[in-house]
Amino acid sequence: MSIKLMMDGKEISVDEDATLLEAARENGIDIPTICFHEATTPNALCRICVVEVEGQRVLQPACIVKAANQMKVQTRSERVVRARKTILEMLASTMDLSDAPEVLTMMDEYGADASRFPDAHRRESQVKDDNPMYVRDYSKCLLCWRCVQVCADDAQYTYAINFDGRGYETQIGTFFERTIPETTCVLCGQCVGVCPTGALKVKREYLLEQGMTPDQISVLSMGRKKRKA
Amino acid sequence: MSEIDLSALTPALEKIIPLGRSGLLPALHAAQKIYGWLPQEVAAEVAKTLKVPLADVHGVIEFYSLFYNEPVGRKIIRVCTDPACALKNADGLLDHLCAHHGLEAGQTTPDGTLTIERSPCLGLCEQAPAALVDDKAETNIDLDADSYELGRPRSIVGGSLRMLTANCGNGTTSLASYGEYAALKKARAMKSEEIVGEIKSSGLVGRGGAAFPTGVKWEGAAKAEGDQKYIVCNADESEPGTFKDRVLLLDDPHRLIEGMCIAAYAIGAAKGYIYLRGEYPYTLPVLENALTEARVAGYLTEDFDIEVRLGAGAYICGEETALFESIEGKRGFPRVKPPFPTTNGLFDKPTVINNVETLFNVPFIIEKGAVDYRKIGTEKSPGSKLFCVSGDVAKPGVYEVPFGVTLRELLEMAGGVVRTLAPGASAGGGTPQGQAEYHSAPQLQAVLFGGAAGAFATSEHLDLKLTFEDLRAAGLPLGSGVVMVFNETRDLRDALKRLGHFFAHESCGKCYPCQMGTQRQMEILERVARGVALPDDATRLQDVGWTMTDASLCGLGQTAAGAVLSAMKLWPEMFEG
Repeated sequence: MSIKLMMDGKEISVDEDATLLEAARENGIDIPTICFHEATTPNALCRICVVEVEGQRVLQPACIVKAANQMKVQTRSERVVRARKTILEMLASTMDLSDAPEVLTMMDEYGADASRFPDAHRRESQVKDDNPMYVRDYSKCLLCWRCVQVCADDAQYTYAINFDGRGYETQIGTFFERTIPETTCVLCGQCVGVCPTGALKVKREYLLEQGMTPDQISVLSMGRKKRKA
Repeated sequence: MSEIDLSALTPALEKIIPLGRSGLLPALHAAQKIYGWLPQEVAAEVAKTLKVPLADVHGVIEFYSLFYNEPVGRKIIRVCTDPACALKNADGLLDHLCAHHGLEAGQTTPDGTLTIERSPCLGLCEQAPAALVDDKAETNIDLDADSYELGRPRSIVGGSLRMLTANCGNGTTSLASYGEYAALKKARAMKSEEIVGEIKSSGLVGRGGAAFPTGVKWEGAAKAEGDQKYIVCNADESEPGTFKDRVLLLDDPHRLIEGMCIAAYAIGAAKGYIYLRGEYPYTLPVLENALTEARVAGYLTEDFDIEVRLGAGAYICGEETALFESIEGKRGFPRVKPPFPTTNGLFDKPTVINNVETLFNVPFIIEKGAVDYRKIGTEKSPGSKLFCVSGDVAKPGVYEVPFGVTLRELLEMAGGVVRTLAPGASAGGGTPQGQAEYHSAPQLQAVLFGGAAGAFATSEHLDLKLTFEDLRAAGLPLGSGVVMVFNETRDLRDALKRLGHFFAHESCGKCYPCQMGTQRQMEILERVARGVALPDDATRLQDVGWTMTDASLCGLGQTAAGAVLSAMKLWPEMFEG
């Protein structure tokens, strides 16, 4: 069965199970997303996809709210734009977005000022290079949770990673900061695959960026194999 | 790392094993009791025993402030520095303690005997300044007189009505003094729909802050399909300035148990939980003892029993879905709603979750009937309300009044506004208790209404009737009943800075607006308090505040800017650089 709703003043028709995000995309209306990923359980945590739904006290996350008959939705109202712009400006004052091209594009689109919050305490940490497969640079992590989800019930059931701290000081972490080889990690690489920024990066890519040549990298990996043998 | 003897852990975990993952917080509490903190080997053993992934156990330890993954002192002093205690020179107290022991807040003495910490509100605001010393409350701490009270905190109860507080301050909590569960007996002769109907007609709404109609909640859970249903009492009272539930729990636990038994019968629940905030450890034996008495008397049986779960330092767990997650042994992340608890609550089963004070109303409504109950209060706000009056009044305490008394009347009951000596005016830097300077006509500067997640009122609101409808019309939240009074000598920027710090400390970090917004808000409020606000800080504060209010996932983020935004409206000049 299909339902009819108003989105940005336009009547659209979608399947009754559709979320507002699906409804928008099917009808060529752009709603930005950060944490949302087709393969992971939606947590509606980045709130960048919030829209204004008539009759609702607060903005609603389009990634999980279902479209309903007669619903009136504004995807670019003043409230929506203020929320999105402020979230983007806070992200820029919190983390290193240099490896997050999609977020940078959004910032341009919303006119977000990367230096809106002077003297802000940034989340910074050392690059963790502790396994042959990938490196972790949590200064670039925007806490979308996808890696934790695919490592757990959304895909791999490995449970190698979880969270350190809470609130602003949250970071993805292992049991008592153990190195990856000391955890249950099976190096499946799914976390790297779903990471929307450069926080998780394939080791080879990282080394190339660091200026190493492919030859140097093969020597390095050969060396590692030799040591193991 | 030194060898850790795990032999003491096994017997402690044995009875927790059947709880599985849900036993994680109880297991970590039990382990920490033995070792003082949670070493890696101990955490790993807990993980193995309960079959929980190591990383998940780590995530849980990291989430809760009262769990430690590094050594702490054998004695821990947690000094509250939130607004009500700050008015009584809590900073001076903390500085004094730290200097005396050669520590900074958060540090442990080299010999491992003592840790001193700065703590969020401990719910002891009417006996400020206060601290938690291990599991004892230290209250009315007076450095000059070198006096304090230590142990189970006193109950200071006043007001014009003693309905919910009838047994408070009586000095006994025994079942013998409470008497038989007469309301439960009456309820058991009624049909489920009749009980729900009675609660609905009483007009009772939740007293934890959200003011949701209790009967509607019960009806939803009663009608929901489910092989197992739960009744949960939210005793995670941690809204700064709130201490009423502490008094009810300590002084009259049987009324709560009776209320929960009635709720369980009405919705068909076979299991109940009381989720008690971790900073109220001295309440635990009182509750356990009352539950034992109720079991012996046959009120709690195999068909319906209640378990107490102790929180571990996380304000967010007062949010109902985060509380469920916590009982389930997880980090206290709020869930997205819908689905709502009445259909998908604890363990994804139909659940009624009510605040302590809400449940205290239940035996009265059943015993006297909704019609009589509605004779108290106003038409739209029936019943009585407990207000937590703290700050610059002569007699801070819990005040029970019928809905409809004015703010002025409430403040008069509490002895009126007082002007205290400025901190530092006496030796030792403390504000002496009992030596308050009773100004001829001390001016009320502001009242923080509803808690940290509340809003400010001024003397213009003195004749406001304290009802849901009147407060709503005035744009003030009743919240959890906080009435924190600031006299005209107070610097409200200091209180705002503390609220900012509180929310930044307590945000769970799940959704972006609150995770980063509480941090940015705190940073700006710190500048404002120091008098070094930057140009445009006021606009930044507005944008952050409204983004949190409008776009956050749960009630914490949605209210984290409430008090700040209300202050900006009342006193815009305060935020100018």
